Amino acid sequence: MTRLRGRAAFVGAATGFIEGAGSYSALEMMALTSQAAAADAGISLRDVDGLFVGMQSEFLSTLAFAEYLGIRPRFSDNNRVGGSSFLCHTEQATLALDAGLCDVALICYASNQRTALGRLQTSVASTWSEVEAPYQARFPVSSYALAAARHMHEYGTRPEDLAAVATSARSWAQLNPEAFARGALSIEDVMAAPRVSTPLGRHDCCLVTDGAAAVIMTRADRAKSLARKPVYLLGAASEHWHKQISSMNDLCSTAAVESARRAFEMAHLRRSDVDVVELYDAFTISTIILLEDLGFCPKGEGGRFVRDGNIAPGGSLPVNTNGGGLSCCHPGMYGLFVLIEGIRQLRGEADDRQIENANVALCQGSGGVFSSQATNILGTDAVL
Amino acid sequence: MGGNRVRGVGGGSSPVVVKTEDCGPAPTAHYDAGLKTGKFRIQRCNGCGKHLFYPRVACPHCASPDLAWLEPSGLGTVYSTTTVNRPSDKGGPYNVALIDLAEGVRLMSRVDGVGPDGVKIGMTVRIGVELVNGSNAPVFHPVDGGGRR
Repeated sequence: MTRLRGRAAFVGAATGFIEGAGSYSALEMMALTSQAAAADAGISLRDVDGLFVGMQSEFLSTLAFAEYLGIRPRFSDNNRVGGSSFLCHTEQATLALDAGLCDVALICYASNQRTALGRLQTSVASTWSEVEAPYQARFPVSSYALAAARHMHEYGTRPEDLAAVATSARSWAQLNPEAFARGALSIEDVMAAPRVSTPLGRHDCCLVTDGAAAVIMTRADRAKSLARKPVYLLGAASEHWHKQISSMNDLCSTAAVESARRAFEMAHLRRSDVDVVELYDAFTISTIILLEDLGFCPKGEGGRFVRDGNIAPGGSLPVNTNGGGLSCCHPGMYGLFVLIEGIRQLRGEADDRQIENANVALCQGSGGVFSSQATNILGTDAVL
Repeated sequence: MGGNRVRGVGGGSSPVVVKTEDCGPAPTAHYDAGLKTGKFRIQRCNGCGKHLFYPRVACPHCASPDLAWLEPSGLGTVYSTTTVNRPSDKGGPYNVALIDLAEGVRLMSRVDGVGPDGVKIGMTVRIGVELVNGSNAPVFHPVDGGGRR
């Protein structure tokens, strides 16, 4: 994979419907957002010949969407590893583009779960296993709660540290007009909120929103001739070790250690080169554990690392500059939004939350219950 | 109890076909049948000596198909725990825990007898098989009597 560093680039990106799907179906939302991404890239959706989709509401996602758009993709994939799927799709799209199996790749997602169901929509097979089901824990929050409890026991992480993750995300969301939750939120608010599955309370959990997202990728040479400043995929790697929480070897340590190692190796970059970190914060404990596993602080130090605004606006490491799954949006699967915020920062489109001279973004997808870890390292041509 | 054995077809150009009758009792069905009679059983690999759970056809550590069933000692330690919030008119909050058995396998279960907030990481517990939401499943109780809230 190393020779594929910078071989493919993001040339179009769009998000939509975070404020609500209205009367639109998920397929309609996805089509509208994909059209917007194509227009952003200055191409037609008819040019898409590589298609990557993983909807919760449609098992045969690529078949449904190609049919809807009236296209006949030469390359197609519906890899289901949870909400990280999109950051694996970028890896696959790069391989397919490099091999000439397609020329224009579309990666997209949409869900209207909040409007249509009023709750989280999990896909058919994404729930407790047979040996876990009898205990009727709450899916998936109880799995993350078990990880949080273990992290607090092993490393002394405190409820205030979990709360700091939530308030930091909210601070970024307050700079993002697209974010769903932008009201005031204090450490006390987070700690006083009703518990859902201890130690996690309401504000420790990601939002339940609608939302749609789409990105277009081409080979790097074509990207240079298109309208927008290209954002290159410099490193991409993914790994998964377990599906269910009771099979996770160490609840405080994920496969992100390996996916990040391989992605940094491919990108020929170091942690100190990273200007912004966008990671899949399904729950406050996710940010703490993933920052450790990604190598931004030692194992066990994540709670201390997120204190005192360190990952909030003005802190030493910008994390989840859109507000994250905790405060921006979470339409069932969030990974594509992680990627798009990284793209926007590197393009200079992040307005009030723009990080100066952002040239390298680390985007981390975490799917299932810490199960699938996918690291994408994005860069501008300054670091090509 | 013999492990699952699949006899390979040696030499020649015969196709490899896995026959149901050659495979021995299906591990999940055997595990479920044990629970129905009140027995919780796990497997131990005769290849590498490690225990495994949930039931498999081959060892996830060394891939050996030579597995044996046994009843474990029953002792375990709470690895993690959470209290799931539920309104009191629906039964109130309840415990879900991850338990590490002495044999080195982990399972999701719950700890009864101390109230959900009384379950602590590191607590020693003992297994039982009880009716859980309609069918038999492993449930744990504190070993030293617990009862403290």
